[in-house]
This record gives sequence, C-alpha cells and structure tokens, in this order.
Amino acid sequence: MRQDFSPPAPGRMPHHSFRRFFMPLFAIVALMLVALAPQQAHAFSDEQLRQNAEQLNAKSSTKKLDVIEKMAADGDPRVAPILEAMLGGDLYVSKADDKVVIGKKQGKVWQHIDVVSGAVTGESGSGDLDKIRINNRLRGALRDALATLNLFSPDLATRRAAVETVMDTRDPAMAPLLQRAIDRENDPELLARMELAKATMALAAGKTSQERLDAIDILASQTTPQIRAVLLQFVNAAEAENYDPKVVAAAKDAVASVEGRLKMWQTGGDVYRGISLGSVLLLAAVGLAITFGVMGVINMAHGEMIMIGAYTTYAVQQAFMVWWPAGIGWSLAVAVPMAFLVSGGVGVVVERLIIRFLYGRPLETLLATWGLSLFLQQAIRSIFGASNRQVVAPDFMSGAIEFSTGLVLTYNRLWIILFSLLVVGGIAIVLRYTAFGLQMRAVTQNRRMAGSVGIRTGYVDALTFGLGSGIAGIAGVALSQIDNVSPNLGQGYIIDSFMVVVFGGVGNLWGTVLGAFSLGIVNKFLEPVAGAVLAKIFVLVALILFIQKRPKGLFALKGRAVEA
Amino acid sequence: MNTAEDLLSEESRMIQSEKAATILYVDGVSVSFDGFRALNNLSFYVEPGELRAIIGPNGAGKTTMMDIITGKTRPDTGDVLFRSEVDLTKLDEADIANLGIGRKFQKPTVFESHTVFDNLLLACSGGRRVFSALFHRLSTAEKQRIEETLATIRLGDARETLAANLSHGQKQWLEIGMLLMQEPQLLLVDEPVAGMTDSETEQTAILLRNIAKTRSVVVVEHDMEFVRDLDCKVTVLHEGSVLAEGRLDSVQKDPRVIEVYLGR
Amino acid sequence: MTDYRQKYKMTPVLGWLLQDRGGMILLGILLAGSILIPIGNLLIPEGSAFHVPTWMLGLLGKYLCYALLALSVDLIWGFCGILSLGHGAFFALGGYAMGMYLMRQIGDRGVYGDPVLPDFMVFLNWKELPWYWYGFDHFSMAVIMAMLVPGLLAFVFGFLAFRSRVTGVYLSIITQAMTYALLLAFFRNDMGFGGNNGLTDFKDILGFDLQSDQTRCVLVVASAVMLALCYLVARGITQSRLGKVLIAIRDAESRVRFTGYRVEYYKLFVFTVSAVMAGIAGALYVPQIGIINPGEFAPAASIEVVIWVAVGGRGTLYGAVLGAFIVNYAKTFFTGVMPDFWLFFLGGLFVAVTLFLPKGVIGAVPAFGGTAGPGAQGNWRERLAAWRANQGGKA
Repeated sequence: MRQDFSPPAPGRMPHHSFRRFFMPLFAIVALMLVALAPQQAHAFSDEQLRQNAEQLNAKSSTKKLDVIEKMAADGDPRVAPILEAMLGGDLYVSKADDKVVIGKKQGKVWQHIDVVSGAVTGESGSGDLDKIRINNRLRGALRDALATLNLFSPDLATRRAAVETVMDTRDPAMAPLLQRAIDRENDPELLARMELAKATMALAAGKTSQERLDAIDILASQTTPQIRAVLLQFVNAAEAENYDPKVVAAAKDAVASVEGRLKMWQTGGDVYRGISLGSVLLLAAVGLAITFGVMGVINMAHGEMIMIGAYTTYAVQQAFMVWWPAGIGWSLAVAVPMAFLVSGGVGVVVERLIIRFLYGRPLETLLATWGLSLFLQQAIRSIFGASNRQVVAPDFMSGAIEFSTGLVLTYNRLWIILFSLLVVGGIAIVLRYTAFGLQMRAVTQNRRMAGSVGIRTGYVDALTFGLGSGIAGIAGVALSQIDNVSPNLGQGYIIDSFMVVVFGGVGNLWGTVLGAFSLGIVNKFLEPVAGAVLAKIFVLVALILFIQKRPKGLFALKGRAVEA
Repeated sequence: MNTAEDLLSEESRMIQSEKAATILYVDGVSVSFDGFRALNNLSFYVEPGELRAIIGPNGAGKTTMMDIITGKTRPDTGDVLFRSEVDLTKLDEADIANLGIGRKFQKPTVFESHTVFDNLLLACSGGRRVFSALFHRLSTAEKQRIEETLATIRLGDARETLAANLSHGQKQWLEIGMLLMQEPQLLLVDEPVAGMTDSETEQTAILLRNIAKTRSVVVVEHDMEFVRDLDCKVTVLHEGSVLAEGRLDSVQKDPRVIEVYLGR
Repeated sequence: MTDYRQKYKMTPVLGWLLQDRGGMILLGILLAGSILIPIGNLLIPEGSAFHVPTWMLGLLGKYLCYALLALSVDLIWGFCGILSLGHGAFFALGGYAMGMYLMRQIGDRGVYGDPVLPDFMVFLNWKELPWYWYGFDHFSMAVIMAMLVPGLLAFVFGFLAFRSRVTGVYLSIITQAMTYALLLAFFRNDMGFGGNNGLTDFKDILGFDLQSDQTRCVLVVASAVMLALCYLVARGITQSRLGKVLIAIRDAESRVRFTGYRVEYYKLFVFTVSAVMAGIAGALYVPQIGIINPGEFAPAASIEVVIWVAVGGRGTLYGAVLGAFIVNYAKTFFTGVMPDFWLFFLGGLFVAVTLFLPKGVIGAVPAFGGTAGPGAQGNWRERLAAWRANQGGKA
C-alpha cells in the first residue's frame, strides 16, 4: 500500500486527485528550474566535493562513515549520485591515477565518470579499477544519507518520499538538515509535511518541557495512524523516564484526540465499505426483487443471469479488441444494454419454456430453476472454458481516492455504488410511470381482472421475468469489475440475494434497497471484530432468526390480500 | 389446551356474575391493516343454542371478524369472550378449536389427499397431541361417531373416496361434517351454500337448523333466500361495525340497510 | 382407491406392511442384497461372473447411504410439504461425528505419531484436544452424537422456524442459509474439525481394518439394514394418525390448525426424526467413503438430494430410495464416461421431472400410481388454468 500524508487541515482535497491533475504541471516547472538556473546553491565548491569524494577511499570504515555524514550534511544535490554509486558498488579507485571515479560498464570496457562533473573521463578494463569496499554499517549510513539528501532533490516526488523516510526514522541528527530543507522548500503542501516531520523530531529530541509541549501541540491536530504511533511511543518514553507530568498529560490528551478522530474515520470507513458491499448485494438482489418479490417466482438461476451478464461484458470487450481497439473505453457502456438484452432474452425464453407451467407451485419452480442454473453454468463452461476470464477495467474505474487517515476509496467501488442507485432508480421509474409497469402491477394484484380488461397476462409475465433477468445481467456487468468472471460467479450471490429480498420484505423495492445496505453495513462492522468468515456466519444466523421473528421481512404488506 | 382450561377456571366466577351467559361476546373490536380499518368498534353477542346469520356487502368485515374469533388475526383493541369467560384474543387457532369453536372456510377446505373417512377421523375430537396421534388406534366408539356423521352429511357411500374427487357441494358438506366431529359448542360457517344447487342449499339450511338445536351456529352468507330459510336473527355488518340487527323482515325494511345494499 | 385403508384399521401394524407393495419389494431387495453381496464378494472367487468386486462394495455402500438420506427428505417433503434445502447439513454432522471417532482410532499411526491429537491439530500447533472431542474415542459416543447432534440442531431450528410459521419457500431458503453458514464455519481451521481438508486417513473401525473386504461387507450390510429399519419407521409414522395429520398439513395447513392440531409440534417431530435419519446416513457413509469434509455442507449437495426424491417419486418413501439409486448411478456413469455432460443431465433432470414427472418414476408406473403423492392432476394446461383461476380468486 502506498502511503500518502497530508498537511494539517483535515478533510481537505486528498492527495491523489491533487496529484493527478497538477503533477504534470509541477514536473514541468521543476524541470525548468533545474535546467535553467543553477540557483540550487551548491554547499560545496567543486574542489571540496572532490576532496571529500577522495576520502571515501579511506582505509577504515569509521573514517568513511565520517566522510559520508559530512558530505550528506550539507544537502548538496551533487553528493547523491556519488553515494548512490558507492551503495551500488559502482565507486572505484582508478589504479592509473589513484582518483575516485564512478565506474560504468559499457560493453566490455568500464567508463570512468568524474565524481564532480559527471563527465566520462576515460575507460579501461576491469583490472584497472579497484572497487571501494563497503560493509553493512556503511550501507545503512549510505541509505540514511541518501534519504536525507533526497530532501533536496529537484524532483518533488523524491523530496516527498524523503520527508516520509525522515518521518519514519525520526533520527535527531537529521533535524538541522530538515531545517535546511524547510528553508529551501517552496511547495506549500510539502512544506507543511516537513514542518510536521520537524515536530515529530522535536518531540523525540526536545529537551525542555516547552519544546515538547509545542511539538505535541502541532501533532495533536493530526489524524493519521502514524502520528498516533509517534505520540504513543512518546507517552511510553515519557512515563518511563518521568517527564514533566504536564507534558505526559498533554501527550495523553493528544493521543486521545488523534485516536478519537481516527476512530471516526474508521467508522466512516466501515460505513463506506458497508455501503459498497451493500451496493453489490443490491445489484445482485434487485432483479430478484422483481422475479421473486413481484411475481413470486423463486428463480434459483438468478445468479446465472448475473453470470451471463458478466460473460456478455467479456464478450463485448473481446469484440472491441478485435474490431475497435481504440474504443475499448466504450466497451462497458455497450456492455450494459447488451447484458440487459442477453440476460433478459434468456429470461423471457426460460419463462415461456419452463416457469409459466409452474406458477403456483413455488417449490417445483425452485427445483426447476436450480436445474436450469446447473445447465447454464455448464453451458458457459463449455463455451468459454472453466477458467476465469479477464475483464479489463476502464481508466475511469481504476485507481482510488486515498485519505491521509488510511481510508481508501477505490473508483470502481464508487462507480458501483452510483450504478446500483441508478439501476434501482430506473426500475422504480419503470414500475411506477410506464404502461408496462402499470400492467405488471395490475397482473400481480389481480390476474383475472387484468386479463379481462385486455392485458395479455402471459406476455406481461414473460416481460416481467425478462426485466428481472435483464437487471441481473446489468448487475453482472458491474460485478465483472470486482469479481472473477467464471461460470461459478452467480453461485456466490444467490443465497445473499435471497436473504436481502426476504430481509427487506418481499414485493417492496425500497425494502430491498434498505435490506441490502443494512446487511452490507452490519457485515462490515462485524468484520473487524470477528473476521470476515465469522461475520458472514453471524449475519446468516441473525437473518435466520430475523425471519423467524418477522417471516415477511422488514416491510411486510399486511392484511387479507397477502395472506390468502 | 391447558392454558385454556386455566383461563377458564380462573376467570369464570368473576366474569360470569357481570355478564349474562353468552356463548360469544364481541365487544368494541377494532383492527386495521396498513391504515385500512377492517373492523371498527364491532360489538355483538350470540346466546347459547342460537342460530345467527351475519350478512353484509363485500368488505363489511365478515371474514376478518371470523379471523379474530378463531385466533387467526389479533385485534388492535377490544374483547372477544367465549362462554362469557375465555378471552379468545389471547389464544391461537389450535387452542380456540380445542375450546369448542369450529370454523368452516368460505372456500371449502378439506384434506384432499385423504378419504372422506380419514377426513372425519382427523377431525374427530381428542388425540391432538403428537405422540397420541402416533400411536392412535381407531376405537369402536370413534368409528361409530364417524359413521353417524357420514350419515348426517349423506356421504356414507363416499367414505373411501378421496376428498379431492368430491363435488363442490359435497366438499362443503364434508367440511361441515368435520366441524361436527370436533364437537364444537359454537360453529362459525362462512358462506356454506356458495356454489350449491337449489336443492342442496335447501338441505343445507335444514342441516344447519338441526345442528343449531344442540349448539350455537353463526352463519355468514350472501344468499338472501338461504338466510330466509334459516329463519333466525340477522346481524347486518357495514364498514366494520353492526348496522342493524333483528329478524330478516324488519332488517330488510331498515332504510340504512337498503341504502347500503341498493343505494350504490 | 384400494380398500386397504379400511382394512388396516382392523389389523393395524402388519396390515399396512402387507398392503405396501413397493415397500415389500424394497425390503426384499435389501434382504437379498444383505445376503448375496457378502457371499458374492467373500466366497465367490474373483473371475467368476457372480463375484462382487470390492469397488462395487464402496459404490453400493454409498448409494445405500444416499438412499437413506433421500428417505429422510421424502419423509418431510413428500408427507409434510417441508422442502428442506439443508438436509445435507444433518448428513454431514452425522458424518463428522463418525469421522471424529475414526480420527481418534488412528491413534499414533498418524503422520505425526501423536497418540491423542489428530494430525491436523498437530499441524496447527494445537496442544490439547478441544473439549468437544472428548469421548469420541468411544464408538458408542460417535453413534449417539451422530443422531443427537443433527436431531438437536433440527429440533432447535425447527422449533424456531415452525413456531414462527415460516413455511414454503421461506423455510427452504433459511434451511439453505443454515447449511451455508455451517459450510463456512466448518471451513475454518479454528473450528477444530480439520478445516478445508476435513477428516480423513482413517485406519479402522472397532478394531477392524477399514480396507479389508470383510469390514466393507459388514458396512454395506449395516447400511442396508439401517435403510430397511428407517424405512419401517418412516412407513409406520406415515401410516399412523400422525402421518395423516402430516399429509393434511401438507395439503391444508390452516385447516389443520382450525381443527385443533398444533401444527408446529407435528412438523417439529417429523423434522427431527428426519434429521436423525440423515445423521445416521452420514455416520454410515463416512467409514465407507473414507473422508468427510465441509463440501458435504454445500447447499448444492442438499438440493441434489431433493431431486433424487423427485425423480423417484415423493410421498412414497420407496420412491426416494429408487430415485437415489437412479440419479447416483447416472452420476457415476456420466462422470466416468463424459464428465462435461453430467451437469447438463442433472440440470435437465431437475427441469424435466418437475415439468413432466411430478410424481416421479414411481408415479409413472400404474401399479404404484395413486399413492399419497401430492402431484398436480391433469396436464399442464389444466393445471395452469386451475392455478390462474385460483390466483384470481385470491387477489
């Protein structure tokens, strides 16, 4: 996982999008600065730099260590390549002139690169070069030194990473260097980050209570797990070493306030993940809400309608790759109506061939559609093979919004939440405002009456079932983005879908929506406590008990009509 | 079963002194489904040994009233007392059936996969517990009673016929026969002559009048001719409460009743 | 209709047995098999046409256990209208009880040689046996638990469900959820039942080598005898007044209530009995197959059982046995010859049986037709018309 950290203001625009839009701009500016102006003041003169570099060839590693620290301490960007070469084992002494050079293998010969100018000064065979040896202690020192040097890198991203390293190590020795970096930094965002790093160092290095209190003050306003760890560490140290009670109390308060805010974010994250799971459940269940809820048909092959939708998405994508690779971004947009038509078409055929003969015999319907689901699974397996198929996510669905607090909102989940709401909204409109919706409701309420006022009930049955199946197909398009597209895709959703519909109350679209989201949220709240599998078991058991209590779901219709 | 007996013994003396001996006492019963008021402060009573007809237009609350008396639906408010002493609103269907209230549905419901004989056997009073049913053996007395009932409902020749194969009228009669086997003190009969021929209707009226000699019977019916044949007190329900009560002739002259039946 | 119903009332127990043609045939076959199969395997030399090979013993044993499972499903579905889609759970629990005993029997012959802990516990670094494994070194404990645990689960589950009047498809769905929850639970290593791999590598039962032909013969005969016994029990139940009440519940539940029967107790009784039978089937299955794993809890497995019953003809008991043999033989055949075709066949079977053979194979044979099967009468047009009319009336 990538870690991003933000400056103090909580809840501001997160990094990712910020970077996404402004990064190129910054990169260009940074490049220009580097190319046009040597204003990045060199702390060393060329001569000093060369002298220092020569000393890297000292006999004792202690001496080498001193030199490395001395070279790094000034933040001269030219030092970094030298130390990098040393770390990588590319720093040599030329036997001919006893000078330290960076060696670079070019074919069979070794180029000598001057440590100051970076120019190629000559070449030789490997026998003419003596490698400057390093041990593990030196490697560690080199890495630290490089990390701090990166604070002065012309590249913003490198600097940002360097600040994070400083933050993690919190080596008091780096404090002066960090201060120098702060003086030179002109990116406001990074500057704030640096100040924060300085505060964490000050906390560790601070000698007086006032210094510590000041540092705590800055840190207390943060909301990241990292700062919480810093503060906790400090509290432990403070208690062990009997610091000023005022400081200890302040530190504890700070931990509590960071903790409190983190918890809120945690809860927010759970809610989000719950909604995200809920939207998946909703997509899977909403088609069932029509076939089961409105028609009373138990369609155990509902999951397979979803699966067919997912395979349609795959097939559409394959077609794009063959005929219009450039337009691949449009494949999902085409897949949605296609999946609706394919799954819906299968639904209509199934209704006409099987289900209409089983109306009024729900248990038989259940068995027949289960058989159908096995049949469809095997059919897809025979056509596409048993292995998973890859559906590529379009650009706008990959990536994520990341908050400094550790919350990550992936774009595909956000789109699915949005998409599920759109689908439900669409269904509600179809049911309420279209002639078909009216006929459908008429047929389900009073079949004979509907028939006698001229509604073709068989036709409405077939289309209703087709609608439910088609929506399952649309769900398949969305689920292909987050799940494996395999012949077993649908199996994983069927029990959950029935649970959602039954929980929400059969025949009630809003019940289904609420049922899906509440089940999703409950599940995600249980997960941190009990683990994913146990959470699922708990939810299942709770649902079984719930159905005992309210056999007709949350929003049951009451009265004589439904009891008949 | 036990609960019913307990209730009976505990409350009997207290209430009996307050109210006249009634077999069924419905007082201020209201119930609504999703805002629709099916019964609205419904009150009436039936005396022991009385035959009562209840009429009313569709949606007057006749079936809901039956549901409440037999424990299928719980009222929002109001009391339903059996034999002036047992509060029926606290009991469920099986309890109420075992107390001695039998119900015949609007649509004849018999056990279609069983023979006529077995239908009556199952309805035969006693042996309702699981294990006594498991080890039950038909006694001579039970056989006797079943034969008597078969004669009463004129299905003697059809005793080994599957109930599914009976005609509509025969099913109605079988159901009435099953009620008799339960030996109820109160019979609730919902539209017993729906789908019957004229002569069947006539015979049913005679049958019910005979039954009413030994038990109380409440009949819900649409068919005015049939109600006239029953020759009993009539209660008219409208929008969930009692609109009028009395002999059929006087009720039929009641302007409110005429308005309800003919006005719209 | 025959007049046996009239007759048996005079001659209660033997009466229904003699009148039960299908049952007599079934019991006869089971008896003959119990005698002939061991002879065919142990006494008739290999190479003879009448020799029963060892692999066939395994197959027959499996079919017999499945038949018992199917019988238990028919008892509740065919006679009381309770469609359980979770009966595999009771079967698996019975199997696990027996598997635990067989695990303990391995003793120190496991890979890790621990005298007490089964291999998987050693592998998971468990230090001692969990409390619920205590006593499973006794065969009697395994037998009791194989019946008690499924029975108890069914009793508690049934009590909650039937008391709240959860019926029809709702009940089916929650039974499915129940077995699904158990599936997830048994997949967890923490449960102490071997997780994903389940219990396997059994060595012997009551000291007899599970691999030997003699032991296998005994197990097959035990399965046949158990099937026969359970058939008699089920038959006895369905022919009693209680059985009539069950059928009445299946056909008109509320009428039964208004007649004064406590429907929930009746359902609870038969559901529990059925679960115990399924548990026995599982306990017999495991030593013959040599493994029990969470896969037995899969909802799909439970639904498959239902189709065995439907194929054979529900509401007949012996039909369920027949169905289990037919479908499982077909499965053995197809998965051996053309595995890809098996799911097409099974799926097609579900559809075909519900559409064209509502009374199953038994119902198609005139000599056996007209039993208490609830299948609809008339062809589909009439049924459809009847249903439509019915729907109109209800709304």
